[in-house]
Amino acid sequence: MELFDIVFYVFALITLGSACVVVFSKNIVHAAFSLLFTFFGVAGIYVLLRADFLAVTQILIYVGGILVLMLFGVMLTNKVINVKIKTGTMQAWPAGIAVSILAGLLAGVFYSNWKDAQLPASTVDATTHLLGEMLMTSYLLPFEIASVVLLVALIGAALIARRNR
Amino acid sequence: MLTEFGRVFIFLILGVVFVAGGLVFSWLIRPNRPYPSKLTTYECGEEPIGDTRVRFNIRFYVVALIFLIFDVEVVFLFPWATVFKGLGWFAFFEMMVFLVILFVGYAYVWRKGDLDWDRPTPKVPKYERGIGVREDHLMEEEVAL
Repeated sequence: MELFDIVFYVFALITLGSACVVVFSKNIVHAAFSLLFTFFGVAGIYVLLRADFLAVTQILIYVGGILVLMLFGVMLTNKVINVKIKTGTMQAWPAGIAVSILAGLLAGVFYSNWKDAQLPASTVDATTHLLGEMLMTSYLLPFEIASVVLLVALIGAALIARRNR
Repeated sequence: MLTEFGRVFIFLILGVVFVAGGLVFSWLIRPNRPYPSKLTTYECGEEPIGDTRVRFNIRFYVVALIFLIFDVEVVFLFPWATVFKGLGWFAFFEMMVFLVILFVGYAYVWRKGDLDWDRPTPKVPKYERGIGVREDHLMEEEVAL
């Protein structure tokens, strides 16, 4: 598992490094482009965790769709590009409490001996086929409801974003 | 599965190495004579004015939103496509129901004109009597009448 570890750390480094750029960059366009590498790194980690469908979905929707939408949002806004974004400290006390709770949770995850836990050996090789079978048999109704949800989202988005309604 | 994505990974590494290799090689062999004029934007010989980034038409945003919905729809098509052959007509009609429901939304945005592009509405200058016309012309017109 030597190569696995190296690849994992490469993707983790890409994700964390670009996420730091997103947070600390003063230029919102640079931040948005840096988010591309964050999404990509997360997709790589999904692949390593044997979630191939999730990884492809991550690339297709987050990189291909949501990031484009964010960049459009930046480009469509009139006076956001030349304005330097403030990245100062605000709301220090609530943020401190929230961060310490999160840090405690993460520490709990890190120091629990989850590596020794008896996980069933993964026999699943590719998840897309299994997902397709489940969608077409056991979860047929949720699948069709997803279509209705998408329809509602489409009409709602068009209604709100339309210029002259 | 991991070995198949390993191939994708090899392609990614090759892509990075190809671009980086080209840049590094040209950096090694090119002459280096920088001067300030080389850094300016070339705009057909004109002095560039203002920022490179301009505000885009809001219409792009609606189109991007609509695209996102159909992007999610495509994600549902992938797992279906892998089992389509085994399940036959049943799976085909189920997906048709899925697509027809979304097609209603497509018809809606089409009908409501969200897919129509904004055309520029030029202001055609309208002649108003006596405005923007030199006095002597006006006089001539008056005479003609």
